[in-house]
This record gives sequence, structure tokens and C-alpha cells, in this order.
Amino acid sequence: MAIDKNSNVFTFAFAGIMVTVVGAILAFLFISLKPLQVANDEDKKKMDIMGAIGFESGTEAGQVNRGNSGELFDKYVVERVSIDYNGNVVKTATGTIVSGDKTDPFNIDVQKEYRSKIKKVVKKNKRDPENLAVEMAAVETAYPLYVCEKDGQKLYVIPVSGTGLWGPIWGYVALKDDFRTISGAKFDHEGETPGLGAEIKESVFQDKFVGKTLNTGSEPLFEIVKGGTPNVKDYQVDGITGGTITSKGVGEMVDRTLKIYERYFKTL
Amino acid sequence: MSTETQALQEVKKESLFSKKNKKLVTDPLSDNNPITIQVLGICSALAITVQIQQALMMSLSVIFVLIGANVIVSMMRKIIPDRIRIIVQLIVVASLVIIVNEFLKAYAPDISERLSVFVGLIITNCIIMGRLEAFALGNKPGPAMMDAIGNGMGYAWILLVVAVVREIFGSGYINLEGLGLTKIQIFPQAFYEMGYMNNNLMILPPMALVVVGIIIWIQRSRNKALIEDH
Repeated sequence: MAIDKNSNVFTFAFAGIMVTVVGAILAFLFISLKPLQVANDEDKKKMDIMGAIGFESGTEAGQVNRGNSGELFDKYVVERVSIDYNGNVVKTATGTIVSGDKTDPFNIDVQKEYRSKIKKVVKKNKRDPENLAVEMAAVETAYPLYVCEKDGQKLYVIPVSGTGLWGPIWGYVALKDDFRTISGAKFDHEGETPGLGAEIKESVFQDKFVGKTLNTGSEPLFEIVKGGTPNVKDYQVDGITGGTITSKGVGEMVDRTLKIYERYFKTL
Repeated sequence: MSTETQALQEVKKESLFSKKNKKLVTDPLSDNNPITIQVLGICSALAITVQIQQALMMSLSVIFVLIGANVIVSMMRKIIPDRIRIIVQLIVVASLVIIVNEFLKAYAPDISERLSVFVGLIITNCIIMGRLEAFALGNKPGPAMMDAIGNGMGYAWILLVVAVVREIFGSGYINLEGLGLTKIQIFPQAFYEMGYMNNNLMILPPMALVVVGIIIWIQRSRNKALIEDH
């Protein structure tokens, strides 16, 4: 071979060509697989919402899975609402979800909105709840809400998003039509410690939320307390032993988010 | 254990299924197994062997990445500049891993979710970089592919055996829902009524190490040549 493969010019040229080729291949792959992945994410979202109103995931009858999540979602979700920080309705939608319609409450990516806009505000005002309220009001985003009807009862499913120990955590909390009783909750995480923080994903933890009522009159609206605390109040849930920071993250996101929706519920 | 550098002599016109090439496949399955003998890739063996479906998908992913990387690097071995060879290898492995990850996300979302970060961590699986450095850089694509198949299968069978043991005794069933199949109950309900309990310890990572240890024990007691002198 005439070219010296160890010369500087060749090394740089090789690196340049390689990066370009690999970049092109990956870009093509991302674009072609995107629609499938988006559809999967939507199914997952519907599954989680169904999970919050009491469906277990599985393939047996009466359980929710990727195959029937769309069908169940259409059957049980009667209305999709998005509200602003002050509880005013931004948009209501019913029927088929138009994918790509950014204003459809279903298409609001709560986790993304949290990551890009809310997270820094929450972090900055950790010890200053008053200023937090002021700055949160200034955040330009919409909060989606799913109104479901199951067994003749109205349930309000609220997406929550927050931060655990290692990364994002999120979930859905379903309230009964008194707007105070939690009828179900579903949480998930990106990379919490298996066996500790990751337990928020398990029904053992999620079942503890069922039947809890939100605090009236005083702060906080909802709270996660240290695992094993005696006399757990109605608005408190036992945290996971060894998963304190993840548990606290769950408490924080539920409390912060439900406060926003409470203003909307007062107008109903 | 020394990392063997097998620089096979490049003989022209050698059949892909010659004795030497077949040995490349069979060796890593037993006497030179990447997990039990070379003790590489242990991290993922501990982490994703709770369920068979995860172990299976992980194995397939690793085999795909290993074959792809070995063949591609082997084809480029004459033009890869020495000074950036590790970076080139990393780019090849990383792109293949991204491809696997994106395909899993699109076609097997449930499993992709379970495997979570471990697919990404295939990049750091020592087996892959080890084979690239030790074999692919010095051999033709054909033998490199055989070597990749051998090592990939060697990794896969250990993973699957560990997963079978852990899932059956830890959960009492084999869950294949992520693959579009059903959940198979192993122990009948009557067993549980008689007081049988699933061994929760099996679900925890340390038991994977114990199971791998038992495999190593069996392997070395059958082939005394594998036992090191101290």
C-alpha cells in the first residue's frame, strides 16, 4: 500500500470519514424507527393511565397490555383537559387523539416540560416555597389531566414528574371525584437503585397510595414519610427504607403537582 | 488468567469450517469460556439474569454486537491507524450498540425497558473489546466471525443457564410475555399450599454469582487442566 496508514494526514482523514459514515447511518436509523418508538411510548402512556385507574398490567382478561391499551383508553377516558398554573382550562379534547397536534393534552410531554422548564425552578427554590409559587406561575407550560369514567365513577388522572436519586421519576395519580381521595397511583423511573428506590415501580409501594386523602387547610398537601414512621396520617405514605431520596422525590412531585390541579378542581 | 493473544497465521484459502476455525467456536463454549474461565462480562451476567427473556435478549444483543464488531474491525484491520485503533473499535461497538438499542425500543419495548441501561453498557463489556484487540485486529473476517460466534454463544449459554435457575427458583414461573408468549407456571399451586416458597434470594444479584460459581466448579472438576496452581 502506497499510503502510510500511520501518517497524521491519513489518521485524520480516516477519523473524519469514519465519523461521517457512522453519523449518517445512525441518523437514518433514528429517522426510520422513530414512528414505531413514538407509537410504543403512546401505548406505554395509555397503559400507565389505565394502571392508575386500577388496571393491572398483564395479558389476561381485565388486564392492560400494549395490545389493548388504546382500546381501553378510548373506552374509559372521556375527556382530556389541559390547564395552566392558575387552574384555568387551556384546552379540552375528546375522541380520537390527533398525533402531532401539540395542543392535544395527550401530546403534552410532561416529563420533557419538567426537565426543560420546571426542574430548575424547583431546585433553585428548594427552601423558599413562596418564591417557588411565584416562579412556577411564570413557567409557560400546560398541565394535562385525564378524566376517566370507570364503573359509573369519575376518576381524574394526573401525570406527575420529578427527580429521584439518579434520574427522572414520573407517574400518574388518580383522584376520586371528591378531588381529595387517591384511588390509585402508578410510578416509574429511569435508573433508580434496584431493590431500593426502584421499588416505587412495584405494586407493594403503589398500593399504599390507595385510599389516602389529601391534607386540607395546612401544608403539605401530600407527603412521603420515612419508612416505618409510627402514626402515618391520612395524607402521608410510608417511604421505602433505603430509598429515602427517591421516596422524597415521589412525595415532592405529587405534592407540587396536585397543588396546581387543586385550583382547577375548585372551579368545577 | 492471562489474556491470550492468538495471532493466528493468516493462511491463504483456508476453509471457513477447517478444524482450526471450528475450534474458534467450540473453545469459548467450554474450555475458554469468556465468563467462567476468563471471568469477563460478569457484570451483565449478574444484573440481567433474573428473567430468561431478558437474558435471551441480552445474549442476542451481545452476539449481534460481537459478530458485527469483530467482522467490521477485521475488514478494516489493514487501514486502521494504530494510534487511534481503540477509538475506532469503540466507535464501531458503540454504533452497533445504539442500533441494537433503537431496534429493541421499536420492536421489543417491554424488554428494552427491563434491560434499560444494560444494553448501553454492552459497550463496556470486556468480552467485546477483548476479542477486537486480541483477535479481530490480527485475523481475517471469516475466522473473526467464528471467534465472535463462539464467544457470543459461550456468553449466552452461561447467561441462560443462570437465568433458568434464578427464574424457576426465584419466581416459580417462566415469564415470556415480553417475547409475545405466555407465563409458564413451573410449580403447581398445590406445592405452595403445602408450604413451598419461592426463594427470594435467587432474585438478588449475589445468587447469580453463586450460580456462576457452581458452573465454574462443575467445569473445573470435569477438566482438571483448567485448575490453576497457586
